[in-house]
Amino acid sequence: MTEAAPFLPPTTQEVVFLLLGAVAVGSALLVVTTKQLVHAALWLVLCFGALAGGYLVLTAEFVAWVQVLIYVGAVVVLLLFGIMLTRAPIGRSADLDSGNRVVAAVVALATAAVLVTVVIDGFRTAYAPLKPGEGAAGELGASVFSTWVLPFEALSVLLLAALIGAIVLSRTDIRGAPPSAGEAGGDPAPAEGPGGP
Amino acid sequence: MHIVYPAVVSALLFSIGVYGVLARRNTILVLMSVELMLNAVNINLVAFDMWLADVLHSGQVLTLFIIVIAAAEVGLGLAIVLALFRNRQSVDLDRLRALAEPADPATTADGDNGAGGDNGARADDHQPAGLDTVTSPQLTARGNGASDQGDGVGRPGHPARRGGNA
Repeated sequence: MTEAAPFLPPTTQEVVFLLLGAVAVGSALLVVTTKQLVHAALWLVLCFGALAGGYLVLTAEFVAWVQVLIYVGAVVVLLLFGIMLTRAPIGRSADLDSGNRVVAAVVALATAAVLVTVVIDGFRTAYAPLKPGEGAAGELGASVFSTWVLPFEALSVLLLAALIGAIVLSRTDIRGAPPSAGEAGGDPAPAEGPGGP
Repeated sequence: MHIVYPAVVSALLFSIGVYGVLARRNTILVLMSVELMLNAVNINLVAFDMWLADVLHSGQVLTLFIIVIAAAEVGLGLAIVLALFRNRQSVDLDRLRALAEPADPATTADGDNGAGGDNGARADDHQPAGLDTVTSPQLTARGNGASDQGDGVGRPGHPARRGGNA
């Protein structure tokens, strides 16, 4: 936790980080304003990639590669699957924004104003000297498996629960309890199972 | 590296995510905006981990945990969205008002019944496409084998079951 004179001329690291941050913020703006659903997912790739570059500049190498692997690799592919499976139109669609767009813009601008002013006011002189290797896989792994091993295991249980939940939610042939017992003599009710979507 | 720069980038990303959550109608776009907000938090965690020179690396480890939780959240969220799409043929958040409070207590009878009936009709409209193809062979088979009375009993049974499923 070190301090430095506020607003020095930015170093090369800071310039690179600011450029990556500008790319990230710009593509995030395009994610929330584009009229084409698939393009939103692709701009999200650019945003996450720029953020991974920002992590690299901040010497958090392992987090950067995890970001590339999980966000760019898995989450965006999942989102694209979702877009395709909900039969979204490929071209422009006019009704991606709801009616409260203006209110949302006002709220977002107010949030941005408050956060940016508070952050600039509070951390004007905060300066972190960056040493390479701070976030390498070795250091981080030692930390995860010594100090943070209990949350790590809890997280694996959470992943298992999410896996089972996603399977149960997306399979159509798993029904709840039968609605009533009086249908025993009726026609074969579960016939609609494999019909699915 | 001045901490102000990552913090400002993070604040801007978070506000963009807020805008996306509030302004978008498509459920998947809302999920994307939630991801933007989570990433804003991640930048903050990494930057402040560097600033505090944390020996335990709690910021970066928490970032990894958030990434994992976000992946699980997207998986579950998309499963819910797909189940929704299967039942309603729509992922439009403005039209999914079946669980909403009635807007105005004075017009509760009008608005609630109207909305409920609308949603019910919409949900039922989709079911018969699947059910009719299933039940029509049964009806024809029953028409061949059974009497008219059996057919008459059988038909009212289907809307009841249909309501239970929908």
